[in-house]
Order: sequence, then C-alpha cells, then structure tokens
Amino acid sequence: MSGNDAVVEGAIRGGVDCYFGYPITPQNEIIAGMAARLPPLGRVFLQSESELAAISMVHGAAAAGKRAMTTSSSPGVSLMQEGISYIAGSQLPAVVVNVQRGGPGLGNIAPAQGDYYQATRGGGNGDYRTIVLAPDSAQEMHDFTIEAFELADKYRTPVVVLSDGRLGQMMEPVELTDLPAPKPVEKPWALTGAKDREPQVVCSLRLPVPDLAEHNRVLQKVYREIERVEQRAESYLTDDARLVFVAYGTCARLSREAVDLLRDDGLKAGLLRPITLWPFPNKKLLAATKKARTLLVSEMSYGQMVDDVRLAVEGRVPIEFLAYAGGEAPSVKELYALGRKLLKKPRKKHASKGKRR
Amino acid sequence: MTATEKKVFARSPVLTPKMTHYCPGCGHGITHRLVAEAIEHYGIRQRAVCVAPVGCSVLAYKYIDIDMSEAAHGRAPAVATGIKRARPDLFVMTYQGDGDLAAIGTAEIVHAANRGENISVIFVNNAVYGMTGGQMAPTTILGQKTTTTPTGRASNEGPPIKVCEMLATMDGPSYIARVTVDKPAAVRKAKQAIITAFGRQLDGKGFSLVEVLSPCPTYWRLPPTKAIKRIEEWMVHTFPLGVYKDKEADNGKN
Repeated sequence: MSGNDAVVEGAIRGGVDCYFGYPITPQNEIIAGMAARLPPLGRVFLQSESELAAISMVHGAAAAGKRAMTTSSSPGVSLMQEGISYIAGSQLPAVVVNVQRGGPGLGNIAPAQGDYYQATRGGGNGDYRTIVLAPDSAQEMHDFTIEAFELADKYRTPVVVLSDGRLGQMMEPVELTDLPAPKPVEKPWALTGAKDREPQVVCSLRLPVPDLAEHNRVLQKVYREIERVEQRAESYLTDDARLVFVAYGTCARLSREAVDLLRDDGLKAGLLRPITLWPFPNKKLLAATKKARTLLVSEMSYGQMVDDVRLAVEGRVPIEFLAYAGGEAPSVKELYALGRKLLKKPRKKHASKGKRR
Repeated sequence: MTATEKKVFARSPVLTPKMTHYCPGCGHGITHRLVAEAIEHYGIRQRAVCVAPVGCSVLAYKYIDIDMSEAAHGRAPAVATGIKRARPDLFVMTYQGDGDLAAIGTAEIVHAANRGENISVIFVNNAVYGMTGGQMAPTTILGQKTTTTPTGRASNEGPPIKVCEMLATMDGPSYIARVTVDKPAAVRKAKQAIITAFGRQLDGKGFSLVEVLSPCPTYWRLPPTKAIKRIEEWMVHTFPLGVYKDKEADNGKN
C-alpha cells in the first residue's frame, strides 16, 4: 500500500476517534481513506471548509478528550500553525501528518523537505515545540502514526509526523500490526460537562503576567523532559565510519544505498538517520560520529536540518551539505560519488563547506 | 421574606458570583444572564460546553459557570464542531462577537450553519470592535465613526454584513433570529429566542443562531442611557429584529 494509505491504517490502529481534514495533494489518499474507513467503525470523519477549520475541529475534539488528528501538505500545514499553537498552549494532545510538497508558496506537488524549520521550531506564535517524527517508509508512516497518538497523550502536546510526497505516494509492503485496542487514557482535564465536579476551562489565555510566565515554565519543563527521554535515531554501520551520512526521510533512504555501495568498495561509510527531528537526536549523532572525519548531510531543502547537525557537533567535524528543492532529490550515484571523493581525500582541517545546486 | 412576599427574581446558579469586567451599560452582562437562564431552563448545566471567542467576551468562562473552551479568533464554530462531533451527547454552544463571527470567522460560521451543525450560536452584535479599542467591525453602520473610520464608515468600506439574513438563505440552519436587550420586553423576547435556539439542538434539529443587538457605550462614545436608546433609533433600521429562519414553523406551513 502507499504511505498515505498506511497513515489511515495506522490511525485506526492508534485509536483515532475523530479525523478532520481538507483536501490537498499529495496526501489526498489519506482524507479519502479516512472518509471510507472511519464511519463504518463508528468514528468521526468530517471534511472541513479549510485547514484553519480542520485544526480547530481537532482542537475541539481533543478538548473533549478524544484522539483527534488531521493531515495536510505544506501550504495547508502553514494555515494550521494558528491552531497548533493554541493546542500546544492549551496542553492538548493532537496528531498532525504533513506530507510535504515543494514550496515556497503554492510551490508544486512534488516531494520536499522544506518544512523542517516550521515543524521543529513550533511553527506558530509563541514559545512551544511539537514532537516531530520522520518516517522513511510506508511501514513507518503506519507505525509512527500509531506512536504519535501515544506520545501526544503522554505529554499532552501536538505531535507532527513529517513525511513527504514521495513516501506518501510510494507503494511498499506494510505489515499491519494486530495491536490490542489502545488503553483509554485518563483525561481529567477534558471538557465533558461539569457533572459531579466544578466546571473547567481549556485555554491558552493567561492574562496576568505571572500566570503566563508560570504556564510557560510548565510547558518548558515538559519540553526538557521530552528532550531527555524521546531522542531517537537509527545508526547504520556507524561504529567505524569515517564518513557518516546524516539524512532523514527520503534522503535517508537514498543515503543508505550510497553507504552500501561505499561499503562494497571497502570504504568506511555509515548513516545516522534522525527519527525524532524534535527533539533532535544530539546524543545519538555524537555517538555515531565518534570516528567520523566528515559528515555528509543531504536534504530536499536549502539547509534546515543541517543547522541542527552543526549545533550538535559544534564544529568538531567538517560538514558537507547537498541541497535540493522544488521536487529534486539527490541521486544515489551522486551521493556515492561524493562519499567516495570525501573518503579518499587526504585529511584537512577546515570548517563546514556547503555545495548548493 | 415574609409570607406575603413572593420571590420573583434570583441570580441564575449558572452564573458565577463574580463581577464582570464589562463596561457600564454593555449588553454582555444581560446576554450572559439569558444564556445562563436558558441553560438552567433545560437543566443541562452538567453536559453543557461553551466555546468562548476572542473579543470582549474572551473571559466569558469567568462568569458563565459551565465547561468552556477557548478558540482561535473566529474559529469558535469549528472548535464547537469538533466538540459536538466527538461528544454528540453534550450541549455545545459558541458565544461570539461581531468581529469574531462576521469578519475573521466568516468561513467557519457559514460552513457550520450550512452543515446544519447541531450547535447553538449566540452572536453579540454591537457594531464595533470593543476589546481592541473601537475599530470598524463588519457590522459597523454606514456613517458610524470608529477609530479606523474617523470620518464615518464609507460605502467603499462596504455596508454592514447582515448575518441573520445571509445565513437564512441556507438550507442547513434550523433557527435564526435577531433580538436585542434594550428594554425589559426585548430582554424577555431575547430569552425566549435563546431558549428556542437551545431547544433545537437538544431536539437534534441542527444549527441555531441568535443575534443579539447590544449597546457599546464606550465605543459609541455615548453615556449608557443614550447608548441603549440608540439601538431602537439607529441600529434596528440596519438590523431589523425578528425570526429569519424557523424550519419547524416552515415545516408546519408546507
């Protein structure tokens, strides 16, 4: 099945109660799949009038204590930033899947990774973060959608699954896990009517300065805990690697193939694939690059994740960067050729260098 | 109270004892009371959820003592839709001002109405942005002076949007009425309209909206006694009172 179809199956297994969405390419298989699959299961599907409304409907359903999600692609996710900020400020769990496409603006419908900053820095107004999971296969689009609901409830925060049009459209075998139904999570804060309790309010508004200052401290404490506990990455052949590719999603798949080709040549190459983009897996990156002479970062953007790589290694390792946009991606051949060149090059002391095309 | 005294009025228990932050002569206080009394009327306080807007009544949850959610500016009907779809057993309403509902939230109210979403909307129209300091609202009347129409709203800024008339063109809504709170008789009619609107939701009949014409003495630059008179003298000409859609009555006729 396609990665987009896998999101639908993952959502069902993850216990989605309510789905709200607005059509946008290249994720329309998700909204159509939800429309077909959810109502027969007695769950809520509603096509909204806009992405602004979709995320606000998610806001409402989450406030009522239900597992709620929406999906979209880059320009639509931009519109959702308003609601994501409110959901974060109101400490509500929610799941947002972004099947990224080319930008800026309307851009095109080809795969891209240009929304990394938006996803990992909060994206809307105010000082908040969302957990960001980056699948690199249809299987992971399924698995991470399930996991996103768990993390959202655990930390009472929005969780973004950051995919792209290639992963969404690509057909791959997917193993559909026969999970037990998710355990109901206690949500004493939910709006269920003030029966046998005092009325309660779900809001981000804290007009008095000390109240909002304290609210921000509470949020930041949660974010520090997430950073401590949830950093995730996949290390592939990095133990002895002199060259470590760093890439996520589609670029990680391509880099892995380049690593295999370099290993076939007897060259010490490896891959560090961030799975959580926020929190960025600093510790795993440092562990995976202990023997590295160079890091080779590639992105379908002009340099977003590479900044987090730079922050993590703090100048200790030179970084080569390959940038693509508009639907272009690196070829395995190109990654392999550059990797070979870097591994054969005599060691030099220099700071990070970028190649832009 | 002696045996000859009869209690004719009491503060609704659905209101908190707090004093509101609204300006003297503002219509929000009366409208809050009517909402509380209508909730009390049906005995639904324990399953009621209200979505508060962005605007003067952003803090409505301090006064109406039921479960409440915030919404981004204009998105209250979408948040209410999410709550109602998630929990159809709850009574779900929004309380919105004119800027929230008829400018930034136009898409959300139009589509919630068109879906016949089974929620109730209290729409307080005072023809001006109150919270931000008296700017032009979508319902500001032609010629009305505001901080952003210092010489009066001109026709090229658009005539005021008539929400009831607009939504009544749709097949989705069950009940749409415009009322005011400028005199005791009008307040009683307003309460009846709110009770009717809430009843539609409880009967599963779909979307209902009551527009309440409300004075804003502060940004009409009038003393409260004059502001309340301006509703009849000036506001109802643009926004005639009445029932604009009543599917139940229509069904009776047809």
